[in-house]
Amino acid sequence: MTINMDTQSNSQSEALYDYLLRLGDSPLILGQRLCEWCGHAPALEEEIAIMNIGLDLIGQCRNWLELAAKTADNGQDADKLAFTRDAHQYRNLLIVEQPNGNFADTMARQYFYDAWHLFTLEALCNSNNRDIAEIAAKAVKEVRYHLRRSREWIIRLGDGTELSQQRMQQAIDDIWMYTGEMFEMDDIEKTLVQEGCAADQQQIKQRWLDEVAETLATATINHPDPDAYMQQGGKQGVHTEGLGFILAEMQFLQRAYPNATW
Amino acid sequence: MRQASTQQQLTADSAAKTSQQIAAELFPIEANTECKPSTGLISTDRGRTIDFHNHLPTEEALWNLLDSVPDPEVPAVSVVDLGIVRSIEYTQSEAGQDDTGQEAPGYWQISITPTYSGCPATELIENEIRGALQRSGVKNYAIQQQLSPSWTTDWITDKGREQLRKFGIAPPAGDSRKPGIAADIECPRCGSNHHKKISEFGSTACKALYQCEDCQEPFDYFKCI
Repeated sequence: MTINMDTQSNSQSEALYDYLLRLGDSPLILGQRLCEWCGHAPALEEEIAIMNIGLDLIGQCRNWLELAAKTADNGQDADKLAFTRDAHQYRNLLIVEQPNGNFADTMARQYFYDAWHLFTLEALCNSNNRDIAEIAAKAVKEVRYHLRRSREWIIRLGDGTELSQQRMQQAIDDIWMYTGEMFEMDDIEKTLVQEGCAADQQQIKQRWLDEVAETLATATINHPDPDAYMQQGGKQGVHTEGLGFILAEMQFLQRAYPNATW
Repeated sequence: MRQASTQQQLTADSAAKTSQQIAAELFPIEANTECKPSTGLISTDRGRTIDFHNHLPTEEALWNLLDSVPDPEVPAVSVVDLGIVRSIEYTQSEAGQDDTGQEAPGYWQISITPTYSGCPATELIENEIRGALQRSGVKNYAIQQQLSPSWTTDWITDKGREQLRKFGIAPPAGDSRKPGIAADIECPRCGSNHHKKISEFGSTACKALYQCEDCQEPFDYFKCI
């Protein structure tokens, strides 16, 4: 069962604030993860692509976190939210904090996230919250390209050499248990869906499953068990050990030299 | 203040020679008469051409002025031709303050929009615009970032597309509202439409990398979004 921390959020705006952190934290952490590839990617073109995607994600994160700060109206801004919250205050999905692993691991993580991200943003374009709809409308164009690229890599590596096929199959199997959480809706999301401002993950789930099934089939990858045990907790602030290490590096400067600017 | 601006001028002058030389070698295109005066690739190289120190500019004059501000990452095209500048309008100000906090009867409200959410040039573009306005003596203005409607390559002007092509970047092909339809991309060097995609992402987020299969040259394609 979902761990309920939303007993604290007894007002509408607190639920909205939490939801905006969820929307902003996932691209932030994935963007940070992707940047770890800088200087290590298998080819120059891939490195450039990974950095560009990371940049898109961090730009989107900034829009979400600025809106979160505006909603909370408690003197926060996007930078403070990114650099001064601890792991348990982060609301990102567990999938994005998983280590880069090899290139197949990175692309499997990216593909599952991109497909979810695109469908979620498409739904958010119809949000009755104008700010949410505007940010989503901008991000959706960018994420369409992210998905196109990661899908191509799943197919190329899956339907590739014996070794690449084996690596991609392993990567898909390893990351699979972090995909279920994307569609779990706790009371915060359910309330906001009823109000017409959040994305209904129940509807997105089927689209995502169809997309994934088609791509994996084309890539000659065996579909993992859809009923397998799924990890969850990221949206409620219960994270895997990976997040602490990411934050330690990402937040170092602001922690060591508070309010430093350049 | 005076010292700072003198120093800036010196830096600009020394930078002008190099970038002009580079521009002449790399892009031997005829001087662009519409987007005046395009002697330098950096806005500060272009000097002060329009002077509003003693009179109020018209809206058209401001559009022309901003048309001389190049995009920092694709300096062949101005921020107006890229569709970054969304609107310029004169607002009677109740607050009676301009951007610098001085008393003013009204001010020019200039709306700009970021190309990509994570475009690192967003702040730089705002500063370049501010610089161009200040150098030309425009005092009462406010620049605001607007997110919606979100920027689309459909807003790139015909002039901008031609300049992209001359710069070696294939302009966006197709219609952003119909993303599923395959676009007819032409090699900016030889015009061939036989090419292969090398990567979905090129030197910046807004571009993809292609290679022409006729002239064999790799080229950037400005993605249609």
